[in-house]
Amino acid sequence: MKRSLFGRLWPNVTAVVLFIGCVFPVYWMFATAFKPTGDIISEDPVWFPTDVTLEHFRTATDADHFWTFVTNSLTVTVLAVVFSLIIALAGSFALARMRFKGRRGFVVGFMVAQMAPWEVMIIAMYMIVRDASMLNSLVPLTAFYMMMILPFTILTLRGFVAAVPRELEEAAMVDGCTRVQAFRRVILPLLAPGLMSTSMFGFITAWNELPLVLVLNKDIEAQTLPLWLTSFQSVFGNDWGATMAASSLFAIPILILFVFLQRRAVSGLTAGAVKG
Amino acid sequence: MTVQTERPPSGPVDVVKPGGPDSGGPGPRAAARLGAFAPYLLLLPACAATVLLLGWPLLKDVLLSFQNLNMAQLIQHVTEWNGVDNYKEVLTGEDFWRVTLRSILFTAANVVLIMVLGTLVGLLLARLGRRMRVTLMIGLVLAWAMPVVAATTVYQWLFAQRFGVVNWVLDKLGWHSMADYSWTSSQMSTFFVVTVLIVWMSIPFVAINLYAATTTIPGELYEAAALDGAGAWRSFTTVTLPFLRPFLYATTFLEIIWVFKAFVQVFTINGGGPDRLTEILPVYAYIEGVGNQHYGMGAAIAVLTILILLALTAYYLRIVLKQEEDEL
Repeated sequence: MKRSLFGRLWPNVTAVVLFIGCVFPVYWMFATAFKPTGDIISEDPVWFPTDVTLEHFRTATDADHFWTFVTNSLTVTVLAVVFSLIIALAGSFALARMRFKGRRGFVVGFMVAQMAPWEVMIIAMYMIVRDASMLNSLVPLTAFYMMMILPFTILTLRGFVAAVPRELEEAAMVDGCTRVQAFRRVILPLLAPGLMSTSMFGFITAWNELPLVLVLNKDIEAQTLPLWLTSFQSVFGNDWGATMAASSLFAIPILILFVFLQRRAVSGLTAGAVKG
Repeated sequence: MTVQTERPPSGPVDVVKPGGPDSGGPGPRAAARLGAFAPYLLLLPACAATVLLLGWPLLKDVLLSFQNLNMAQLIQHVTEWNGVDNYKEVLTGEDFWRVTLRSILFTAANVVLIMVLGTLVGLLLARLGRRMRVTLMIGLVLAWAMPVVAATTVYQWLFAQRFGVVNWVLDKLGWHSMADYSWTSSQMSTFFVVTVLIVWMSIPFVAINLYAATTTIPGELYEAAALDGAGAWRSFTTVTLPFLRPFLYATTFLEIIWVFKAFVQVFTINGGGPDRLTEILPVYAYIEGVGNQHYGMGAAIAVLTILILLALTAYYLRIVLKQEEDEL
């Protein structure tokens, strides 16, 4: 009797401990961001903030060039995602619905491209961009981010296109649509969820990117949020309240996206990661 | 972010024969000709982008690695070829081998932790009741969703010397020498922080996918095992483990590749310090190349790192392609 109670109890106790372990760093970021400075630098941590202040968020948003970084990050990320979606849509349609010589080769090629070691290629990318006199510009950044997420976008969309029943497309063509019209009127609307979750992961990758912008854009006017966040400490010293407020501001869009699309994202991912 | 390398959702990959009666268009012959070119035309933008934005930097990296390119040459825009000198210098120097060994040990430690803990959490998810499982899933997804750069700043705060929560807890647990411990002051403690961060970020991916994989194991297999008198452990080793093996192989390789190039975590936590003691290969290439302005040397280190990663990737893709042979 005692043993079965233990047997029922330990998974739940472990789960609670793990849950706290997973959530605590995220919670602590938000908690610190909202705490008055006195509660942050106290000898014993204040686990649950009672006084809430927006002071740290003001410090972060009033920081020099904050809005420039936000605009830059949004511009670069959104453009990269949109361009890669457009390019990937064409390619994934071909890969999912057409039979042609070398199809398998293309798929494998994109799989290799997906694993590209971008972190290690920054020296070469710096030289290319410098020789083109495009340092401190958002254009090369957008182009490379687009490329970073393109293979993933193609391969994922290929799965979504393949999942749209071919009969629907055929029916549309029997009804007099051309192939392009059938694609636009039948497949595209059905692809919307796939486009959403695919673009979400592209967004996260581009939003997070640090090594390339670190090397390419020394000019503060052309920098993005990740770079600002990593240099925040050197600017604000040990002002952890402001640092955590800045981190929260940076993380919130991603967390919202993830939670909003979480179900679909996780099921889509798992459907992809596991042979079912 | 750790979600770049998914396989697309599986589904029937139907194939439309080009030029058949279903391809529409004006005349059957024109349509056939168009149909033959259409897939290549559709793939052209993607391929052009790949060649220009990925192929060219790769080639450029190789070219740079054969050049004597330091600050002077950079400013004067001169190209000085120096053959394999960079490679000779890198490969005969002690530093490269030390950093490579460090990278391998670092990757091994992280991947073992991620896979073991991730698998255990995944199996725990399968065992939990519905409500508890959803709760833990939410926690995992939250950790998974946390952007890398934000996570590194949070971990710096958690492990801060003054007012950091970790030091406070250790102090309260009776480890008083840790009360004002500076985690970035030594090699091992810096690696410890980076490892905790990477493991924390990576477990959700393994756990959630592993849980999803266990749900696809047919229940009859367990029934059959039970009929044959298998206990919990035996049915785990004879049913669960063989079923999950392909998945575990593929995930392990993905994690190896991801951890091996974990530039952002290592670089932002302590910049490869103290005394360059926590530089792993990508950080080493960056600091030698961009930081110390030995661009040719840095490129040579980068090429060597890319070769290691390519070998790993080839092995990973072989595993994946074997699994999805029928789907391609």
